[in-house]
Order: sequence, then C-alpha cells, then structure tokens
Amino acid sequence: MDLSYSPDEQAFQTQVRQFLADDLPQDIAEKVRLDTDLTKDDMERWHAILNNRGWLAQNWPQEYGGAEWSAVQRHIYDTEAADANAPRIVPFGLSMLGPVLQKFGSKDQQDHWLPRILDGTDWWCQGYSEPGAGSDLASLKTKAVRDGDHYIVNGQKTWTTLGQFANMIFCLVRTDPDAKQQEGISFLLIDMETPGVEVRPIILLDGTHEVNEVWFTDVKVPVENLVGEENKGWTYAKYLLTHERTGLGGVGFSQAGLKAVKRIAKAANHNGKPLIQNPHFAARVAQVEIDLHAMATTNLRIISQAAAGEAPGLEASMLKVKGSIIRQEINDLARRAVGPYAMPFASEAVEGANDRIPDPLDAGPVAGQYFNNRKLSIFGGSNEIQRGIIAKVTMSGGA
Amino acid sequence: MDFNLTEERQMLQDTLRRYLREQYGTARRNDILASDTGFSADIWAELADLGVLGALFTEDMGGFGGAGFDIAVVFEELGRAGVVEPILDSALLGGRLLAAAGKTDFVEQVIGGALHLAVAHGEPDGRYDLDHVNTTATDGKLTGRKAVVMNAEAADHMIVSAKDGDTIALYLVDKGAQGLDIQGYPLLAGGRAAEVTLDNTPGDPLGLTLEDYEAANRLALIAQCAEALGAMETATALTKDYLMTRKQFGRPIGTFQALAHRMSDLLIELEQARSAVINAAGYIEDKHADMHLSASKNLIGRIGRLVAEEAIQMHGGIAMTQEYELAHIAKRIVMADHRFGDTDYHLERFIALSAA
Ligand SMILES: Cc1cc2nc3c(=O)[nH]c(=O)nc-3n(C[C@H](O)[C@H](O)[C@H](O)COP(=O)(O)OP(=O)(O)OC[C@H]3O[C@@H](n4cnc5c(N)ncnc54)[C@H](O)[C@@H]3O)c2cc1C
Ligand SMILES: Cc1cc2nc3c(=O)[nH]c(=O)nc-3n(C[C@H](O)[C@H](O)[C@H](O)COP(=O)(O)OP(=O)(O)OC[C@H]3O[C@@H](n4cnc5c(N)ncnc54)[C@H](O)[C@@H]3O)c2cc1C
Repeated sequence: MDLSYSPDEQAFQTQVRQFLADDLPQDIAEKVRLDTDLTKDDMERWHAILNNRGWLAQNWPQEYGGAEWSAVQRHIYDTEAADANAPRIVPFGLSMLGPVLQKFGSKDQQDHWLPRILDGTDWWCQGYSEPGAGSDLASLKTKAVRDGDHYIVNGQKTWTTLGQFANMIFCLVRTDPDAKQQEGISFLLIDMETPGVEVRPIILLDGTHEVNEVWFTDVKVPVENLVGEENKGWTYAKYLLTHERTGLGGVGFSQAGLKAVKRIAKAANHNGKPLIQNPHFAARVAQVEIDLHAMATTNLRIISQAAAGEAPGLEASMLKVKGSIIRQEINDLARRAVGPYAMPFASEAVEGANDRIPDPLDAGPVAGQYFNNRKLSIFGGSNEIQRGIIAKVTMSGGA
Repeated sequence: MDFNLTEERQMLQDTLRRYLREQYGTARRNDILASDTGFSADIWAELADLGVLGALFTEDMGGFGGAGFDIAVVFEELGRAGVVEPILDSALLGGRLLAAAGKTDFVEQVIGGALHLAVAHGEPDGRYDLDHVNTTATDGKLTGRKAVVMNAEAADHMIVSAKDGDTIALYLVDKGAQGLDIQGYPLLAGGRAAEVTLDNTPGDPLGLTLEDYEAANRLALIAQCAEALGAMETATALTKDYLMTRKQFGRPIGTFQALAHRMSDLLIELEQARSAVINAAGYIEDKHADMHLSASKNLIGRIGRLVAEEAIQMHGGIAMTQEYELAHIAKRIVMADHRFGDTDYHLERFIALSAA
C-alpha cells in the first residue's frame, strides 16, 4: 500500500498545474468559480487550448490522437482542473461517442468523425432519452426506416444536454419494430442541420437553458451514418453508458465545491463570528469532508484497478451514487452558508434577470446550483437504477 | 382536546382553497412569475375581497381573526397553491407592526388590499439574527443598508429598523423618500426583493422596539411554517399521482418498492410537519412560545428539504423543468428555510431556550 503519487505522477501533476496556470483563460475560470453559465465560445475556446496541448482526448489511444492517459493521470488532471476552476470537458464527443466509434465504428467513420471531435468541427449531443423512455431506455420509439441508401427518421428525443449548440446528435433509434425491445435498436449519427430536425429549449428550474427537446420529422440520414450493425445498437449504447458513468464520482468538483463552501463560510458572519466557527455548521462541513476524503480514495482504488480502456461496471455505479450524494450535500451547504442571499434568482439565462445581485459574500447563484444539481442523481441512470444494478450484480453471485 | 378547525376557520379554508384552485393554476402562476412586478395586483385585490387579509388581524385591529390558527389556515392554503404574492411580508408582518404602532388607518388600508408594505430589517452580514442592526437613526434620519428586502419595489411604505444610540427602533419610510435607493431583483422561488440603502433618509418613528419586532416575527414564523406545510402537501400529492401514472418497464413506477416505501416515509413526515404547525400556532401565547416556534421551524426545515428532494428525485427529469408545478413548489419549500431563521439557526435557538 502506498497512498502517495509516484515520482512520475508527481511530475505529471506539476506539469498539469503549470499548464493550467499558464493557459487557462482567467475570464473563463472566473465564470466557473462563480457558477456562471459558459457560452458556447467559452467551451470551444477551452477545448481548442487543450487540443493544442494534446490533452483534449485524455482517454483516447494515441493512434486516434488521444493522450492515452492512465486512470491515475486522468484523476490528477480532474483534481487539478477543478481546483483551478477549469471548465469540464464537454463529454458527448470525447468520452461518449469517441470510445464507441473506436470500438465499433468502421475505419471510414473513425477517419472522418474522430478528428472533427478533436478540432471542434463537430459539437455532439446525446439522443437517448425520450418522453416515454427514461430509465426504461429500451422502450424508445423514435423510428428509422431504411429507404434505399437512407434511413427516414421520425420521433422525439428529450433532455438533450447542450443540444442547442450541437450540429450532430448520436441517437438510438428503433429499426425493427417487431423485435424484442432491446433487439430492434440501432445507433445512428444524425446531422442536425438536416431538414426535419427541430430543437426546442427546455428551461430548467434554476432558469438555465441546458437541455432541449429534439424532434425528427422525415429526416433523411445516409446509411453510412449507422454505427456497427443494424439492430445491434443496444450493445453500443450500453458500452457508451459505462463510459458515461466513469468520472461521475466527480471528486474534483466536490473538492472545488467544498473549498467554495469554506470560503463563503469564512466570510459569512454568524453571531459576530465567521460562520465556519459555528459548531453546527462546522460539523456538517467536516462530515461531508470526511466522506469526500474516503470517496477520493475509493475512487483511486477503483481507477487503479480498472483495466486500461475498459470501464468498470459495478464500481462505476457505486461511484455514481456516492459521488452524487456528496456533491449534492456540498451544494446544500453552500446554499445554507449564504443565508438569506440564497433567495435571489441569479440565472443569467433568463431574460430580464439582473446582472449580479449585490451580495457581500460574492457567492454566486449557489441556490440555483443546489437545485440544478438535483440532476446528478437523476441523469445517466438514476441512483435507483444504479442501486438496482449493484443489488442485481451482488446478489446473483457475480461481480 | 379538539384538533378540528372552528366553523369560521373551516369556511375560510374552504373559500380560499376553492378560489386558489380556480384562479391560481400553473399557467396563471407562471405568468405572474414571469411578470415584471413579480405579483398580481388582481389576485391581491381579490384575496382582500375574500377577507383573507382581514383574517390576519384581530377585531380590535379592524380584522376578524388574527390568532395563530387563523394565520396558519391562511398560509397553509397560500402554500398549497404556491402563491408568490408577498402577503406574508406586506400584509402580515408589515400590517401587524403598524397595528402594534396603533396606525389604525393604515391597517384598514392593508386589510382592504390598498396598501403595500415592506419590512426592511435584515442586513447584509446579519444572516438571521434579529438583533443585528447597523443602520443608524440620527434625528429621524436613517443611514445604512438592508438586505433581501421583500416587496421593496412595490411597497408604498417601508418599515425600517435602525439603531438610535443603543436601542433598536422601527421607522416608517415613504416610498420615494430622499436618499432611499432600491435595487430590485427577482427571487428564485418567485416574487421580488431588493437591496435597500438609506442615506440620511427621513423616517417617522413608530414607537416600536426590537421586542415589538420579535412579536410580529413570531407570527411570521407561524405563517412561514404553515406555508411550507401547504407546499409540502402539494409536492407529496403531485408525487403520489405521478408514481401511479408514470410507467417505466411496463408498470407504474410507484409499484417499485424502492419508491413506494419512500412515498410512505413522506406521508409519515408530512403528518409530523402538520403537527409542528399546530404546535407553532397553538403555543403562540405560551411562555415557551419561542421554544415551540424554533422547534417547529427546525422540523419544517428538515422535512421540507426531504420532501422537496425526494419529490424531485421520484419524478425524474420532468421535475427539473421550470414550468412544471413541482419545480416551483419545491423551490418554495426549500427557500422557506432561508426566511426567519433556517434549520440550524432554530436548532441552536431551541437548544438555548430548552436549556434555560
Ligand atoms: C439535466 C438533465 C440532463 C440530461 N441529459 C441527457 C442527455 O444529454 N441525453 C439523454 O439522452 N438523456 C439525458 N437526460 C435524461 C436522463 O438520462 C433521464 O432523465 C433519466 O434516465 C431518468 O429518466 P426519466 O427522467 O424519464 O425518469 P423516470 O425513468 O420516469 O424515473 C422516475 C423515477 O422513477 C425511478 N425508477 C424508474 N424505474 C425504476 C425501477 N425499476 N426501480 C426503482 N426506481 C425506478 C427513477 O429512479 C426516478 O426516481 C438528462 C436528464 C436531465 C435531468
Ligand atoms: C422482541 C420480539 C418480540 C416478539 N414478540 C412476539 C409475540 O409476542 N408474538 C408473536 O406472535 N410474535 C412476536 N414476535 C415476532 C415478530 O412479529 C416477527 O419477528 C416479525 O413479524 C418479523 O418476522 P421475522 O422475524 O420472521 O422476519 P422476516 O419476516 O423474515 O423478515 C426479515 C426482513 O425482511 C423484511 N421483509 C419481509 N417481508 C417483506 C416484504 N414483503 N417487503 C419488504 N421487506 C420485507 C422484514 O421487514 C425484515 O426486515 C416478536 C419478535 C421480536 C423480535
């Protein structure tokens, strides 16, 4: 047992820290620190800077232009990036579609799409969920009918994160209506500029516009855009989901969040003393910090076990459940810390909202974040679904 | 022992519930939420016509209620419907302070729905402490800054606390008074508030002290607890309906025990919350009133968080959308904890008071 980083890993950490200090634009970092929504341009700018350094596709093999980092390296980056208030890397192209294309895509698809993910030509979004198909993803109804060298797609996707910025969407579609639920599904890449695609915003409870509905009406998609085999999409979808779930422990985000809570609680006055000295508040902070400390180690244990490239299954579910609970608890502490200043509606996304509340704690919209992050235990397979997986795996004997 | 409402209160409850069910649906509320004023003058006037505002005042103040249970009945219904009109701050807190000051003509106008008030007591670094006042009063001129003042922009008059020497006293400040600056903003759970600065602003002394403020604040605590209870009832009811109708994996999700048991827990906790509100209203005249109020506010804060978070979780994504009723209700519930002292504040106060 050795809990410290190896000399190589330490050197890597120094490198990452230096890069972030030199190259992370301060205006972007400031927005992240204050939980202000990033614009498309902010995100693209940051992707380009990372790509320049060769650090955008951190988990891709080098043959595809990736950094091929070890799990520990990725963890180091995540922690340092969160600490420096770097934006998260938009995951849809890089950590979801990329691995699927590398494993199941044709050579042509790889040659065409992968470089475009790296250089920012394409912005991808994920078209899995539908109004009637959330946890029960396999009940999806959007259908694609083969017509010569095209599919004709009709249906509706929902909850499409950042779909308003995307020009491409990877979708699960039903290609065989007669097959058993999971067997008639295909994995299709759809250009969102094709006639018949319509994106409608959904405003979330904190006023942010991050998700959308996407409607397809007789959308023509070339058959080259089918990934793998027709009706085998479920396999690819599941592969993608295990990738989606790694990193959802969000240790870096939690660490940054905890720092913010402490910063606010030091500045906030409670009975003439800093709130951080209040025994009840301090106890709550300490408890979540203790949880997080253990979680960070759980996370390291799991990633150091994970065979290169393969995403862990059961462990990913555990990380997701625990990680989301911890992050949500930290959000709760942040909103408590600001006291009455939790009440202002600080979303920039809503028309008519004022610029910044004149708030002495400079805490940003922490209550909005508290509400927004209720999503962490809902999306990507809800915590109930994850617990179901853990129970099923452990009690059927296998792991 | 009798846990039934009196006939009058039952009537008040029925009338108000029916009115709000008919007039304050999701669409109407969403329009009000999106409006510049953050509240509807029409709804306000109609509530006054229904006698809802009068129920917050005793007969000698010109009303026909004013007891803890009258306040609880009204605010539970307002909470149930997710009403964003600042009746708590403007009519109850402001109105009862003016009643305490003997301003009968003003109170009459409040009850009639014609007069809007704001109470500017909290300050930027005061959190929930009632005795934290740095605003000063010198020869009737007020100087200082007040934080998150509800309804400041719409108010005709503002009641401002300030320190005159060592004593905290309350003053009436007119809208448009010299040196009064109001920076308004919308609130996450609806309605509007403002940061208010006073710079040598003339204020009319009301002859009220911090003790009077504390007395009115007790009523506000009952109201806030009851409002949160009403909102929790709605959140629970919406969730129950959703669990029975939303199907995944070919069956209603409420048939999954993982959710069914949690729904049962919510129902159990909801009964606890109801009892807490009854305690708050029933012990208002008791010598241990503050202890009971703190107990209630703490419990409501804890159960409120549970109900809001569980209701959202069990709904899945749909609950996260701004226009869905539950999103609004959940925000009302959680934000109630940021008013008149939060869960921790009242836990500490309970410890102090119950040890005494
Ligand atoms: C902010 C946000 C962003 C999202 N981004 C995307 C995206 O980019 N692309 C995309 O495709 N999707 C996205 N999603 C959709 C997300 O994956 C779904 O919301 C999620 O799968 C849950 O589905 P649902 O919302 O329909 O809830 P439901 O499936 O209806 O679930 C409702 C409740 O029932 C519970 N439940 C359901 N089945 C069971 C069971 N068998 N046992 C116990 N409990 C059960 C759930 O856990 C939940 O508590 C996003 C969602 C949100 C909120
Ligand atoms: C101190 C003590 C005194 C008692 N006194 C008496 C007595 O005087 N007379 C008498 O007749 N009996 C008595 N009992 C027995 C008592 O009623 C049983 O223990 C009880 O009914 C539970 O049964 P069990 O212990 O067999 O547990 P089980 O029924 O085997 O349950 C084991 C676990 O599974 C859970 N479980 C079972 N079914 C479900 C389900 N459908 N859904 C979810 N979870 C489920 C249970 O809640 C429990 O957690 C006593 C028990 C104790 C411990």
